[in-house]
Amino acid sequence: MNDRISIKISVEPLNIQTCFDFVRDDSCGGIALFVGTVRNHTAEKDVKQLDFSTYEPMAVKEMEIIADHAIQRYPIKRIAIHHAKGLLKIGDLPVIIAVSSAHREAAFEACQFAINRLKQTVPIWKKEFFSDGEVWVNAHP
Amino acid sequence: MKIKTLFFGVARDIVGKDELLIDVQGNTTIQDFEARLLNQYPDFSDIRNFAFAVNESYVDRNYSIQKNDLIAVLPPVSGG
Repeated sequence: MNDRISIKISVEPLNIQTCFDFVRDDSCGGIALFVGTVRNHTAEKDVKQLDFSTYEPMAVKEMEIIADHAIQRYPIKRIAIHHAKGLLKIGDLPVIIAVSSAHREAAFEACQFAINRLKQTVPIWKKEFFSDGEVWVNAHP
Repeated sequence: MKIKTLFFGVARDIVGKDELLIDVQGNTTIQDFEARLLNQYPDFSDIRNFAFAVNESYVDRNYSIQKNDLIAVLPPVSGG
């Protein structure tokens, strides 16, 4: 894999420091970090936990495509895209995206591009568990 | 030809299995395949919102299924 890109899907808790350390570089004046966190409600219902399932080999490929596009589109140095799988509780971290660049605009823009694209293309599915049942998110949009 | 087909998310719940071997004639497109799934499993009522992948890449409905293809039925994604 390209040494400017770190992609990971993990059943272990994601680590912000690991993503930060991967992207930091002496040539960079800024690092943008997006951290997704599990929220305790959706549509006014209390969420107890989430379960993320994935088509992992394809998800990794799609995440690599996003990182490649980010590097082509924006003057950034490195990008890390890490996503969790399995059961997550309130406050856990489903996703971390870190981007470094010489100047801050590129890092902000590339980070937003990456999370938006991830939510559109990466084959990962979230199931929400409530006290009275469970539902696949987006299953009936 | 027998085509290995993977199901994810709500699609897995509808079929009741992670994968099936589905017998497909030559010149079958993803659109034909989709219609057949819907016919066999009426709970796929919103399958038009689903995506299909072949060999781990997205394909459109015109794609013609080839021998040894690995198909995946992908409900709308919800990662992040």
